[in-house]
Amino acid sequence: MKPAPFNYAKPSSVDEAIALLGGDATLLAGGQSLVATLNMRLSAPDLLVDINGIGELSGISVDGGTVRIGALTRHRELERSEVIAAQAPLIAEAVPLIAHPAIRNRGTIGGSIAFADPAAELPACLLALDGAVEIAGSGGRRKVSAGEFFRGLYDTALEEGELITAIEVPVAAGNQRFAVEEVARRHGDYGMAGVMASVTVNGAAVEAARLVYLAAGGTPMLAEGAGAALAGNAIDEASIGAAQSALQDDLDPFDDMNSTAATKLHLARVMTERALKRIAGA
Amino acid sequence: MADSPVVTVHDRPNSYIGRSVPRPNVQRLLHGRGTFTDDIKLPRMVHAAYLRSPFAHADIKSINADAAKAAPGVAGVFTGKEIAELCEPYVGVLTHLEGMRSPPQYPMAIDRARWQGEPVVAVVAETRAQAEDAVELVEVDWAELPAACDMSAALDADAPVIHEEYGNNLCWERIVDEGDVDAAFDQAAVVVEDEFTFGRHTGVTLEPRSIISSWDPSEEQLTVYMSTQGPHMLQAIFAKHFGLEEHRVRVICKDVGGAFGIKVHTYGDEIATAALTMLLKRPVKFIPDRMESFTADIHARHHTIKARMAVAGDGKILAIDFDDLTGIGPYSMYPRSSGIEINQVLNLTGGPYTIENYRARGRVVFQNKPLMCQYRAVGHPIATAMQEALVDHAAQALGMDVVEIRARNLIPDDAYPTKSVTGMLFDKLSHHAAKDKLLGMVDYAGLRADQETARESGIYRGIGFACMIEVTSPSPMFYGVGGAPISAQDGVTLRLDAKGNLIVASGVTEQGQGAEAVLSQVAATAVGVTPDKIKIITGDTEITPYGGGTWASRGTGIAGEAAAQAGHALRDQILEVAGIMLQSEPRKLDIRDNAVVDTDTGNERISLAEVGRVVYYRADTLPKDYQSELIATRHHVPKKFPFAFTNGIHCSHVEVDVDTGMVKLLNYWVVEDCGTVINPLLVEEQVRGGVIQGIGGALYEECLYSDEGQLLNGNLADYLVPMAAEMPDIEVGHVTSPNSDSELGAKGAGEGGTGGAPAAILNAVNDALLPLGARLTVNPMTPERVLRALGKTE
Ligand SMILES: Cc1cc2nc3c(=O)[nH]c(=O)nc-3n(C[C@H](O)[C@H](O)[C@H](O)COP(=O)(O)OP(=O)(O)OC[C@H]3O[C@@H](n4cnc5c(N)ncnc54)[C@H](O)[C@@H]3O)c2cc1C
Repeated sequence: MKPAPFNYAKPSSVDEAIALLGGDATLLAGGQSLVATLNMRLSAPDLLVDINGIGELSGISVDGGTVRIGALTRHRELERSEVIAAQAPLIAEAVPLIAHPAIRNRGTIGGSIAFADPAAELPACLLALDGAVEIAGSGGRRKVSAGEFFRGLYDTALEEGELITAIEVPVAAGNQRFAVEEVARRHGDYGMAGVMASVTVNGAAVEAARLVYLAAGGTPMLAEGAGAALAGNAIDEASIGAAQSALQDDLDPFDDMNSTAATKLHLARVMTERALKRIAGA
Repeated sequence: MADSPVVTVHDRPNSYIGRSVPRPNVQRLLHGRGTFTDDIKLPRMVHAAYLRSPFAHADIKSINADAAKAAPGVAGVFTGKEIAELCEPYVGVLTHLEGMRSPPQYPMAIDRARWQGEPVVAVVAETRAQAEDAVELVEVDWAELPAACDMSAALDADAPVIHEEYGNNLCWERIVDEGDVDAAFDQAAVVVEDEFTFGRHTGVTLEPRSIISSWDPSEEQLTVYMSTQGPHMLQAIFAKHFGLEEHRVRVICKDVGGAFGIKVHTYGDEIATAALTMLLKRPVKFIPDRMESFTADIHARHHTIKARMAVAGDGKILAIDFDDLTGIGPYSMYPRSSGIEINQVLNLTGGPYTIENYRARGRVVFQNKPLMCQYRAVGHPIATAMQEALVDHAAQALGMDVVEIRARNLIPDDAYPTKSVTGMLFDKLSHHAAKDKLLGMVDYAGLRADQETARESGIYRGIGFACMIEVTSPSPMFYGVGGAPISAQDGVTLRLDAKGNLIVASGVTEQGQGAEAVLSQVAATAVGVTPDKIKIITGDTEITPYGGGTWASRGTGIAGEAAAQAGHALRDQILEVAGIMLQSEPRKLDIRDNAVVDTDTGNERISLAEVGRVVYYRADTLPKDYQSELIATRHHVPKKFPFAFTNGIHCSHVEVDVDTGMVKLLNYWVVEDCGTVINPLLVEEQVRGGVIQGIGGALYEECLYSDEGQLLNGNLADYLVPMAAEMPDIEVGHVTSPNSDSELGAKGAGEGGTGGAPAAILNAVNDALLPLGARLTVNPMTPERVLRALGKTE
């Protein structure tokens, strides 16, 4: 399990990094997904561009109604951040479910979003919060909404020669309720099923619900039918049941080693009920 | 020294028996000063990597290694054919497993590969990375063949036959038929039937198998450093298959990071690594990486069993009848064979109970998957889970409590010595005392009451019991009679040095289980020194007494006894020479805390350091007609019984989330009777670690394959080992029935935890699901399988 030979560069600015990205180059952030694929020789790039020396990519800040998270921000920083706990509580609840402390110490939000594993927590959070991805390329910077960013299995709106510089999510509003429910074989494993729920309420009724599922398709899956079933209704047995039924069409899970698509759909429904009941009770 | 008083290790005034003495090697390991095989670097050493078969079954039409040979750093590239020229093939059958067959196996595939992961080409280079780079340059022209992967279909008429000369894929079949099974089933008040499946899994050692081979052509000396459980066994095997004299082969085993039965076999990549040093005349290191370990290490367990039990109205078990099938890969593993696992299932099932009628068929089949062989608790988890699930099933059918039905069938504690229906001889077991002790630890009535209340709020908790026996400390009846170069005896040498320290050398090995601590405690006690005076040497065929090594929970029962006897002999030698120095009768003297003392008063007469000084430097002061000796070797082999059986009872308390299928382990209790407990801390840690490996089999671990025989989860993200966060507290209690075959009275304690846990957890899960009408008979009990049993998913 030794990687194939590669060249290595450690730029100190985003522009330098972009300049290095022509050809067969791959960005190295926390390395927690990439290094395994290198060691298993599933990928063998000519050049690794290590972005860990680019200071501007780190840090969490609030600008008006937006929380901005630098791409190099470690999972562990999110977990410990008071800003995240107060302004993006969905992320705060999801992060402890990512792997183990040693991995969270190195893994970055930019890496997780770029890697776009459909079972990963942060891509699902980003979509549930209707956030955006800031991308830099030789032509400058652009922003892509989460809904447009995740295109297919491990396929994103990132073009060759681009890198993610930051993630943006809206500051949580007073009438928003959040819940994360996930079931994993062992603590720290990728979930077999899970939901990131962001529900905007108006009194006892749901105004809008964004339920995003992990491990339920090729990308994080926004359940539009379930959202529609909830909108305008109180969270009760009937609306929960309607949301659960809608998942049949909303989600597109596939069989994997741990469970069949049917099991994942069942589990997604169970997670839905648990998340909504928690939100209703809060 | 007939006149010295008989003092057993148990009556010694400064005994360390039964005390939780810290292990002698713990500081070294905790300081990061351990020496694992990979830490060793020899001059001019090169590194091997193997190209392995990507197919489960395929012909090798040609191999082109030109590019690999020319790659940077490459010292040599060798095919299976070239390796075979140096090394005799081996056959993994034991003659006492009558009728078993397996063809000669070569270290690497020649012409045809028979499992995904079989080594095909060896590449040696200055670094492992260069060797891996060059492996990618080897071109093999493969012709894929239909594979026989599914063991249940391996005997079908249309299954591809792996060894054409045999006509089919049967490796071995054994039938046991005792009493009148049919009549017993006819009489039964209740007959219960189940079909069990136990998944194929492996033993994940923290440190992978590791080897450095070094050939010195000037002396025709092969030195092998390796992480192994049986240095002398490997010495015999290297010598035999390379045509060397045994004293020209030295196997050195430094620290071992876990073994569990994985490191006690003959692996082609290790034999080939020994051939590579002979070809290159340079030391060669080979450390498989984790992905290789998953397809090259032995796998274990996979069984499908149809079983039924006949029970009388009062709960008495009248008969057991089962048919077990297991798939072992394309060869039987050398030299222990892949038949022992099923043989154990046939021998041990029903063992805790008085049963008169018993019928079983075991079939072992070849298939195109990695070889399967002995892993911790060989056969026990299968036998115990089948038997205990049937007992619970019968209790349910009779409406009887699960503890009550066991109490009615367990062999009475005053019935020993006795034997089981399959002929297993039991010296002294304590099933009822162990059960009573367990019921003192578990608030059974309280758990049942809690179960009732919890169900009302939709929470499903279950309680599962498992009674078991465990094979430990085997006599030559296990392997020796079958012709394998595996010693059932073990030796210990004790030497007093000139400063009064005790040097202890033994043929057993330390895998992290604490063998060295046990040897130290026994030697300290038998001689009369404090443990800080002891240096333990294990794991070197050139300097330790001959012995079988570490497997089948034999270290304490066998080497521990040899240490006790060697300790008595050395003590006698010391007292003899001290008696001369002190002009006292040796029998009036004793050794306590590193000094010779008056037995009666305990007053110090002379220190051991002084004895050593005089003996080694001032022998001129001793009588001219007297020659002192301060070294003694004793060996021990079990003689009275083929195995020192132990017994135990487990209880598992679980909560099943009936919506997700997740099983939460709430609590776990074990009572074990391993005879004399030398070190309670070590025994309890063995039980706990064993239970956790049993939990692995029950809930997590399974090698998942595609229909084509491709391992799907050969990495530690996808292959789930039990992890700390999910583990319950495990409370351990002891009952002590000493082994009558030794002075020490110790039996083994290394595998009972693993043998019992799958049964207890299976029963607990089924107990939880009972009101929902669901029943599982499969391991591991994954969430999906639980949901399927509940009818919540397809
Ligand atoms: C044992 C284990 C368990 C895990 N369990 C989980 C889990 O339960 N849930 C979960 O969500 N994750 C899990 N992970 C993955 C972990 O969260 C990773 O850290 C994360 O997916 C990738 O982030 P990284 O910074 O390590 O990226 P890297 O591994 O460095 O890179 C991953 C990919 O993203 C690209 N990339 C990185 N940064 C950027 C950027 N700024 N712009 C564009 N492309 C970029 C890289 O080129 C590479 O292709 C686990 C990892 C391990 C090793």
